[in-house]
Amino acid sequence: MAAGVAAWLPFARAAAIGWMPVANLPMPVAPTEKNKRQDELIVLNVSGRRFQTWRNTLDRYPDTLLGSSEKEFFYDEETKEYFFDRDPDVFRSILNFYRTGKLHYPRYECISSYDEELAFFGIIPEIIGDCCYEEYKDRKRENAERLMDDQEDNKDSKLPNMTFRETMWRAFENPHTSTMALVFYYVTGFFIAVSVITNVVETVPCGSSPNQKDVPCGERYTVAFFCMDTACVMIFTVEYLLRLFAAPSRYRFMRSVMSIIDVVAILPYYIGLVMTNNEDVSGAFVTLRVFRVFRIFKFSRHSQGLRILGYTLKSCASELGFLLFSLTMAIIIFATVMFYAEKGSTSSKFTSIPASFWYTIVTMTTLGYGDMVPKTIAGKIFGSICSLSGVLVIALPVPVIVSNFSRIYHQNQRADKRRAQKVQKARLARIRISKTGTSNAFLHSKRNGLLNEALDLTGSTEDERHHNKTTSLLESQHHHLLHCLEKTTNHEFVDEHLYEQNCLEGALQNYTSRSPSLSSSGGLTGTCCSRRSRRKSAHLPNSAMSPGPPHGLQELSAVHIHRSDRPPLSTSRSSLNLMPDEAMRLNCKSGQITTAIISIPTPPGTTPEGDGHGPPSPSVQTTAGSSVVKVSAL
Amino acid sequence: VVSVAWETEGLQTLGIVVIVCASVKLLHLLGLINFTEDSIDDEQEQSMVRHRPEALEKLEAQTRFSKKELQILYRGFKNECPSGVVNEETFKSIYSQFFPQGDASRYAHFLFNAFDTDHNGSVSFEDFVLGLSTLLRGSVQEKLNWAFNLYDINKDGYITKDEMLDIMRAIYSMMGRCTYPVLKDDAPRQHVEMFFQKMDKNKDGVVTIEEFLDCCQKDENIMRSMQLFENVI
Repeated sequence: MAAGVAAWLPFARAAAIGWMPVANLPMPVAPTEKNKRQDELIVLNVSGRRFQTWRNTLDRYPDTLLGSSEKEFFYDEETKEYFFDRDPDVFRSILNFYRTGKLHYPRYECISSYDEELAFFGIIPEIIGDCCYEEYKDRKRENAERLMDDQEDNKDSKLPNMTFRETMWRAFENPHTSTMALVFYYVTGFFIAVSVITNVVETVPCGSSPNQKDVPCGERYTVAFFCMDTACVMIFTVEYLLRLFAAPSRYRFMRSVMSIIDVVAILPYYIGLVMTNNEDVSGAFVTLRVFRVFRIFKFSRHSQGLRILGYTLKSCASELGFLLFSLTMAIIIFATVMFYAEKGSTSSKFTSIPASFWYTIVTMTTLGYGDMVPKTIAGKIFGSICSLSGVLVIALPVPVIVSNFSRIYHQNQRADKRRAQKVQKARLARIRISKTGTSNAFLHSKRNGLLNEALDLTGSTEDERHHNKTTSLLESQHHHLLHCLEKTTNHEFVDEHLYEQNCLEGALQNYTSRSPSLSSSGGLTGTCCSRRSRRKSAHLPNSAMSPGPPHGLQELSAVHIHRSDRPPLSTSRSSLNLMPDEAMRLNCKSGQITTAIISIPTPPGTTPEGDGHGPPSPSVQTTAGSSVVKVSAL
Repeated sequence: VVSVAWETEGLQTLGIVVIVCASVKLLHLLGLINFTEDSIDDEQEQSMVRHRPEALEKLEAQTRFSKKELQILYRGFKNECPSGVVNEETFKSIYSQFFPQGDASRYAHFLFNAFDTDHNGSVSFEDFVLGLSTLLRGSVQEKLNWAFNLYDINKDGYITKDEMLDIMRAIYSMMGRCTYPVLKDDAPRQHVEMFFQKMDKNKDGVVTIEEFLDCCQKDENIMRSMQLFENVI
């Protein structure tokens, strides 16, 4: 039932009295309201802004938060109001939904914050009214594209265990991934340019032998040009074959436009090799050489602008088709008219209607070569009408194409800008600093805590302890939490420097795994290693690590656990390092290493951050030969 | 040669005519000359009828609702119809939302006519609330009167078989298609026959108000169901 007209339900029920006299059967008993409340105003306090509405208004939609008993969770007994710690601006739209039955999407609102609010209040976005739905869908699509771009960029980070073939393919597609790819990219670009220039220069007349007219350079220096051509074609062939080898789906690759261009570019050469002897077809072979110009299209792999242009033209195919059709119509009409108009004049060039096509095209596109001009008055009149209409007909579809191009181009600009921004080290560094700020504080306090313990033990002065009490209550609670986590997982937080040191030390020493390798997806379970330590043993974080919201990346490929042979002696520390882009590293200082690849998304704001630990506290030392497991996540 | 000359002449004339017509049209477009009467379309905006209901006290006196109930009713009414009156289209659309499976427009049409007591094509809040007052707070007699008024489409004091058939069809069409058991086409007609058998005492093919009241008051089921919606508000 439409809740929007819930206010009219009493009327509908009353009107049902009209059915009573014609009914033959007794009516069912009417439902009685158990506790019939008088309609009352309820106050909704959203982050300080108070909204008031009738209770009945909210009851219209019982499957949302405000309409159901779920709002009782937010009821504040003292102030007798419902308090929500949410955005009051968005709440306006939500409350209006209850009032009017229509959900509107405010344009100035960010799409993801709006979605979050809707999700919180239990309203599905599909009921957004028609007036705002288009806008909402557009923004949502843009956002999704942006997220996909982000994800793709994240995927660019090296995945482990890529086959050689996959590496090559990635190198071909994104030249920025490795130096080799970049070199290859520039080399091919250079050779494309060389090949094109060669083709052009071949036809330039250079130097005349005294007996003949100017010969084109191609015929004068045949050998040189042939060598150049051979070299270019060889490079192109090798490139094509490599791409073919590396392509994940060879069939699809062979069908793609770029590969067809590649083939068309190199084929004339091979055909020429085969066919040089035969005199008859050598004429046809000469024509084939014209296809060599297609090599210039290979540049579209190098130039994004070209790709965008091609994509635009493809997407504006309908407008272009319309343009072509209308032009054809106009050409035929005007050519006919001009022909009949000029039929009378002597020595007119308008010998037939197809002959007039040329005049019409030249006039409509305002070229006006002047090789055909009308001489009669009627011809001149119609000719001028023709040129005026030509301007109009061509000018109409062009803005559509231009706007399409502009939109696609700007989208690409945005993507590029974002990518460039991401690479900016400064931004990354800033993010890292803000994240490590809290963890640094934690480790600082921990160190001070340990120091305090040490001081207590040694009974040192008190003033050193004082300046450690400046941490606020919130901070201390947070630290306590991190501490609990450490205790839970039996790992500790260390800073990045130490971690990287450890990585370099023991990298890739020992691959044999004694204990079974564990791999899990969607969560981390399993034990890291059974390392005996004085204080703690290392465990992989169990699922108390809160693997994060389901939509994050979760890849746990393999956790190889190694145990060294040495007798377990010393302690070790594991460190939980968090990279800003959601990879959690577990690091145990070790003599032997393992490789474990774990990447866990950090749930926003709830992850324990562990980084820099100062100099290891003296009580925890690692000694070489400990059966410590280093679990490093890539 | 003569024919060619004629052709050239003809085309010349044609060209000149085209030019003249085009320039005249251009001038007309620019608004410099008006050779046809411009029929400006009268804006078809609906005359924004704004209707304010009578004062709350007056309504309270006229109907059997309390002030609070009137307030609640008006709020709902005004929400759906900000202009203060309901026209038939809005009425139909509101009523149809309660019966999504079937087509409630026919019955809504009859309801509208029953509420629109002064037959001016729109139901104001007073009409609305007066009707509701009868339906919810009226005596059984008044309710039955109201129902008779509903069935009597041409308001001539008699319910004919055709009128009843219309009403019945309207009621059945609210059921929609998916019913159990499957709705047969002559079900309304059969129902009308039953109704007339029961109500039409003198078998003259019409039901008068007296017959109607008489018969209904004798029928227990009907009397009981009339009390059903006592506490809707």
